[in-house]
Amino acid sequence: MANPTGWKPAMEKEAKGGAAAGTPEGAGAGGATRGLAHEEPLLFERGSTGRWGVSLPRPTGAADPAKEIPSALLRAAVDGMPELSELEVIRHFTRMSTWNHGIDTGFYPLGSCTMKYNPKSSEALARLPGFANVHPLAPPELCQGALELMYQLERALTEIAGFDATTLTPAAGAHGELCGLMVIRAYHASKGNPRKKVLLPDTAHGTNTASAALNGYEVVQLASGPDGRLHPETVKAAMSEDVAAIMVTNPNTLGIFESQIAEIAEIVHAKGGLVYGDGANMNALLGVARPGDMGFDVIQYNLHKTFATPHGGGGPGSGPVSVKAKLAPFLPLPVVVKEGETYRLVTEQKERPRSVGKLREFWGNFAMFVRAWALIREYGPEGLAQTGKLAVLNANYVRKALQGVYNLPYETDSLHEVVFDDGLQKTSGVTTMDVAKRLIDHGFHPPTIYFPLVVHGAIMIEPTETESRETLDRFVEAMKAIAEEAKGDPEAVKAAPVRPFRARLDETRAARKPVLRWKPGMKVE
Amino acid sequence: MRYHPHTPDDVRAMLDAVGAASLDDLFRSIPKPLRLARALDVPPALDEIALFGELGRLAARNDVAHPPFAGAGCYPHHVPPVVDQLLLRGEFFTAYTPYQPEISQGTLQALFEWQTFVCLLTGQDVSNASMYDGATATAEAALMATRLTGRKKIAISAAVHPEYRKVVATYLRSTHDEIAVVPFGKDGRTDLDALQKAVNGETACVIAGWPNFLGVVEPLPEISAVAKKAGALTVSVTAEAVALGALQAPGALGADVSTGTFQSFGNPMSFGGPAPGFFALREANVRQMPGRVCGATVDKHGRRGFVLTLSTREQHIRREKATSNICTNSGLCALAATMHLALLGKKGLSDLARLNHERARLLRDAMKRAGFEPVFSGPTFNETAFDVGDAEAAVHRLAKKGIVAGAPLARWYPDLPKAKGALLCVATELHSPELIELFAQSVRG
Repeated sequence: MANPTGWKPAMEKEAKGGAAAGTPEGAGAGGATRGLAHEEPLLFERGSTGRWGVSLPRPTGAADPAKEIPSALLRAAVDGMPELSELEVIRHFTRMSTWNHGIDTGFYPLGSCTMKYNPKSSEALARLPGFANVHPLAPPELCQGALELMYQLERALTEIAGFDATTLTPAAGAHGELCGLMVIRAYHASKGNPRKKVLLPDTAHGTNTASAALNGYEVVQLASGPDGRLHPETVKAAMSEDVAAIMVTNPNTLGIFESQIAEIAEIVHAKGGLVYGDGANMNALLGVARPGDMGFDVIQYNLHKTFATPHGGGGPGSGPVSVKAKLAPFLPLPVVVKEGETYRLVTEQKERPRSVGKLREFWGNFAMFVRAWALIREYGPEGLAQTGKLAVLNANYVRKALQGVYNLPYETDSLHEVVFDDGLQKTSGVTTMDVAKRLIDHGFHPPTIYFPLVVHGAIMIEPTETESRETLDRFVEAMKAIAEEAKGDPEAVKAAPVRPFRARLDETRAARKPVLRWKPGMKVE
Repeated sequence: MRYHPHTPDDVRAMLDAVGAASLDDLFRSIPKPLRLARALDVPPALDEIALFGELGRLAARNDVAHPPFAGAGCYPHHVPPVVDQLLLRGEFFTAYTPYQPEISQGTLQALFEWQTFVCLLTGQDVSNASMYDGATATAEAALMATRLTGRKKIAISAAVHPEYRKVVATYLRSTHDEIAVVPFGKDGRTDLDALQKAVNGETACVIAGWPNFLGVVEPLPEISAVAKKAGALTVSVTAEAVALGALQAPGALGADVSTGTFQSFGNPMSFGGPAPGFFALREANVRQMPGRVCGATVDKHGRRGFVLTLSTREQHIRREKATSNICTNSGLCALAATMHLALLGKKGLSDLARLNHERARLLRDAMKRAGFEPVFSGPTFNETAFDVGDAEAAVHRLAKKGIVAGAPLARWYPDLPKAKGALLCVATELHSPELIELFAQSVRG
């Protein structure tokens, strides 16, 4: 690799003493070095009485809550609150931010999470006062722009996945699953029997089972075949008129396309069941194929995956649900309607008597709709199709380069992600966890690990389309270096990570002796 | 395409490396009949200048010249620019759930601080790492109460946010729990006699607002006493969290669980979402808490650090027996709230709460002078329902001046004695005395 900055891994070995010693040759393929990280206490452990960091009009004292509200229901101040100047707050969070790895920092191939670049344009657009400052109960004449945006996004999502109607309401993917299953339940109930069971392949996301249980459905797990796919005969054997739906992720969590999906849908439909699609992996299909054309009746999107709205350290997400026409009357409220040239929200059950009702407050994660719509508008039809294709190209490029270095448990074609395992490292004692932690020293966020559950020690890599060939090459180089190191110096791999601000953390201790908030005198040792 | 780094040479070389003839060749596992044979029917691509033109056109069709006088679960507050500038640090907003704690300490320590703020403001022992919103947090509280008590019935005050009540009903429908709605009196407070009658040995929890949807401060100690006597949990719901800077912590008044949203701290209204839902409770019940939680621990050198913990409650481990299906939550919104609360600090939060109360009194006085009386006699924080004669007409009249007038209560309470005239209005630090006066005069027409 070219070395324009002059930095060499060996330099850290030359530096005497310190934690840098023991960093072997070759680490840092992603350009990771030891930066200057600052220790930073909790907000509650710093500052001084009498400081604050806001500028507000002064209360005039013209009104006194104590004159109106019983004193037992009031307090003068919230004890324990920090007292900090504006600069102290700035440094606090700026320092903490440097302890994080984000997409903006480096490659983040977290399988099934689609960690693609989050455009800065989208951030600027979502912050336009005309979007950020709209009240959800503004009368329609004052929020036509927001309603038009929702209306257009609904239609675009309906087209992209090949359905007839879309609700934007759900707050995240799992919330979308809950919504989709509620719609399915309401549909069956309208036919006189909500049914009892939901079929789930063993490659399903954990949220699928929990969402089914929340809807009062019993889960029946189906084994995937030796090729990593679900087979029609397996579905046929489990299918009955007690089954409300089958939930299928396509491509599945192994990154493999369920190529017999049409036959499976036919079997389920023949017994009156419905086919639910978990759209977590929709990125692979953008502009190439549509779940609605494969027999799916319902699908949930994850706008924070496919349409690049930021993951924000764990949300907010957005999980719109698209359905076929027969399920449209059951979609939750609200619904955006266009009457002449005017847009309006339908919020009341009396206009939509068969709706499952409200799933969250107000209308959905609107600020995420703005970002997703911005991306769809910037890409257009060709850009969307190219997105799906390049995402699949990147995954296959990494797969080819690492095949033989790591064990590939399923040789079936991969789409947008590929799953390896630690089978070839077994003799060295190095595990998937160790490989993941060692990748951190090289400057990469580890892939998703130990999922899907059907692969023991799974390493699930999803590069996404926004990564360049050079980045993928460096990632491959790091993965290969770790595999070599596992043979020659397994202890170095098991000691990783050595570069970040903190070494491996004691998770057992955290669970056995939970400390879940600051209290005066808090000590964790 | 600026987000796609692949040159034609890259694509060719990569296809050669994987042994594919073309990009389409990579999709051979998708049977031909299942592939899309045409381009997607979405609008054509836009460059950045045209993109800002088009979305700017949509933004301009929303009139936000004045801060709205509607609150009703979503509140106009000043967000210091510090919050947004910190929030835009890519290390925060482009990270995912902190699955790898060694390179997520920034997110994790901030979550620990969020959990602490939620506990300080609510008076509870433990908080989770956030929920989708206040409504789903409240529905999860109802579900948790049924698990903890083994009872199936929920009692909820009619003065709890109507949207929250609808969501509770939606969440409980499939598992067939019964919901008793407890009426409120002329003072806008939950009717304690009716509550006594509604609560019995089958009640899992009593849910009440703090303050409630009508802006009124509830007799929370009395409500929780009724619940406690029946062996039920008390759930307090707070949509306007600035109130917690003046009102006593609900956990100190008998609430076993506190839910709601901290949207008022650091989060713009954004047409109602996203916002940081919160969920806080007593330590004894923590194993039944839904959602993620961050805990302190040490690394192998003994240095303090943070991790996600107690995950055996969660869907990825417990699957169908999990306490909830929630996975992604509202992390970035919680971070924004944490930053704003850090800036406010002890004095700022207290001042902000007093300022809101004061502006609400200015509004009440101005409305009185304009001839409009409060609908409810109970004490209020920063929201008040006024009888304006015809609330819907007032909303449309004020809309012509670009002002969101408030929330007409008849939409949710058609049987209220003064339903037609009842308009729920908020005043915050954003409503200047001059704007308040203009508003009151404009309502008069």
